[in-house]
Amino acid sequence: MARNIRFREALREAMIEEMERDDRVFLMGEEVGHYQGAYKVSEGMLDKFGDKRVIDTPIAEGGFAGIGIGAAMVGLRPIVEFMTWNFSAVAFDQILNNAAKLRQMSGGQFNCPIVFRGPNASAKQVGSQHSHAMEHFYATIPGIKVVAPAYPADAKGLMKAAIRDDNPVLVMESETLYSVKGDVPDDQDAIPFGKANVVRQGTDLTLVAYSRMTLVAMEAAAALEKEGISVEVVDLRSLRPLDEDTIVDSVEKTHRCVVVHEGFPYGGVGAEVADRIQRLAFDALDAPVLRVTTLDVGMPYNAKLEQLCIPQPDRVIAAAKRVLYRGQA
Amino acid sequence: MAQTNSHTHPIQSVESASPRDVPGAKGGTGGTQAPKAGAGIEHLVALYRQMFLIRRIEEEAARAYAQGKIGGFLHLYIGQEAVGVGAMAALQPDDYVITTYRDHGIALAKGMSPNALMAELWGKGTGCSKGLGGSMHMFDKATNMLGGYGIVGGHIPLAAGVAFASKYRNDKRVTLCFFGEGAVSIAGFHEGVSLAALWKLPIVFICENNEYSMGTPMSRTMSVEDVTSKAVGYGIPSDRFFADDVLEVEERIRQAVDRARETSMPTLVEVRTYRFRGHSMSDPAKYRTAAELEDRKKKDPVIRTRAKLLSEGYEEKRIEALEAEVEAEVMAAVKFAEESPEPDPSLLEATTYDGPFAS
Repeated sequence: MARNIRFREALREAMIEEMERDDRVFLMGEEVGHYQGAYKVSEGMLDKFGDKRVIDTPIAEGGFAGIGIGAAMVGLRPIVEFMTWNFSAVAFDQILNNAAKLRQMSGGQFNCPIVFRGPNASAKQVGSQHSHAMEHFYATIPGIKVVAPAYPADAKGLMKAAIRDDNPVLVMESETLYSVKGDVPDDQDAIPFGKANVVRQGTDLTLVAYSRMTLVAMEAAAALEKEGISVEVVDLRSLRPLDEDTIVDSVEKTHRCVVVHEGFPYGGVGAEVADRIQRLAFDALDAPVLRVTTLDVGMPYNAKLEQLCIPQPDRVIAAAKRVLYRGQA
Repeated sequence: MAQTNSHTHPIQSVESASPRDVPGAKGGTGGTQAPKAGAGIEHLVALYRQMFLIRRIEEEAARAYAQGKIGGFLHLYIGQEAVGVGAMAALQPDDYVITTYRDHGIALAKGMSPNALMAELWGKGTGCSKGLGGSMHMFDKATNMLGGYGIVGGHIPLAAGVAFASKYRNDKRVTLCFFGEGAVSIAGFHEGVSLAALWKLPIVFICENNEYSMGTPMSRTMSVEDVTSKAVGYGIPSDRFFADDVLEVEERIRQAVDRARETSMPTLVEVRTYRFRGHSMSDPAKYRTAAELEDRKKKDPVIRTRAKLLSEGYEEKRIEALEAEVEAEVMAAVKFAEESPEPDPSLLEATTYDGPFAS
């Protein structure tokens, strides 16, 4: 059986179930406790677990990220919430230079089993400093894992896997997905990392996406179907490790690919996927791999300009037609 | 332990303490009391042995560096030995220690084997961190040596996290966090100490103030040259003294360690010390005068401790025998490092992730 629940509830259920299972797991962050979570992901958790395990922090990202890392290296399993991934930039030194590198520079002696999580990328008109998609900064770094679920079931399964993993794992939650509902199986267990999901079968074209852009890709695919174009949609779910097998299998079937993500075009996950396709499936390609990304500019406050910057179905449709050599793009 | 004023209200705790106190020092009772634990001569001998070992290991490391056998950066602890050795003597074996890139002395004092340390400097697979960490990253899980860190002050929040874990588990362990006065200017210092104070974590922050952050004297890096003045802002006790006498360091740090263990109250300690070498081997330290260095070398903690042993009637030939023993240990460590195998490349991916590599 499955229940239709919101993305934020799925995340919460994962945390609660793991905290019930393992008393080394605790949640820490700004307003996760008494305020019930800035985005209500941790609503009710303080009542359930008390302030020893649901811990409100001051506004000190570098400090509490480091506290989580220190606690993890001596055996606890912290979940550290950033109120938004944008603010993780303040803690970037801790994640990059400590969490990611501890195991290697100690010769494998110390692990860092920590989860960093929170809302990522754009919301609605919150301006440039609250709208940055941060995942590609982190996915480039060996020593950490990065996941970005699109559906509540995946959110629950990937969060459970993140908490159980013995490495630092970053969970990128789209702020605009928290209220979106989806079916979550009653017995939803951890979902292994590095397994992309073919969320729609098709034969003419592959759309590769993750997080909220999977929903945008699905919308574009439905519209293209009305024009007789059969679209396959691959939801990466996990950015590091990256499931190149599923991407390659799909491209070998469709021969054309567009990558859709909210990060900037320079470098990034789209560039990584395009590189792997050209290396591993060059002979299968009938067109260059295109990328649909946020425009290469700061995020404007103005609503219309903001929508212009973030990938929309029409831009995905245009890119799809271009790799199909149909119409203008 | 006897509660000092500093325990509850550091700002009102100015009291006359040791004559060795830094002018304006707050709290502490160090030099006015006889050392508690290990006041016996054999204890001082043990501390001398550790200091002498650290000194000799680093002299050999400097030689090897000059010969190109050690790469990267090499930040020597020479001159500061009394701080690490004295502080570590105040700990239980399973207490935690974490420090900066000037970490050799701290690691040895915590119990790392000279072989593992020297092999790490050589980048060999038998090193404490399998040759992957080097001089700045001395980790030893077996002795709860939680590493040396290369980003100034970036480890201070980690230290608070380790103490957080102790409190979470109620395991009664204390964390010692060492850093230089240069780290006091970085955000990590403020956030780490602030959170430790807010959450009352069992930790002692030990600022080894050696007067120079890299090549810049403290007069040009700090608006107030009293690190412990910051403790007032966090509402935690502090202590401040010169590291002239290893037993005094032990005793003063012990007060802070006991406070952390018994009441989970952190302490900010500033120990004034001096490094005889530059910031690293690449630094000729031209920013200070020869006269200043000569003056400070008169307080060499290794020589002073040796003199103290003699003055207390410890036979010189016994000291010489001990020194010969350390000498042999150091040369054996050099030989061990020299002859150890290079690390296997398969370590690279295996140490990056626990489990399969995630690409």
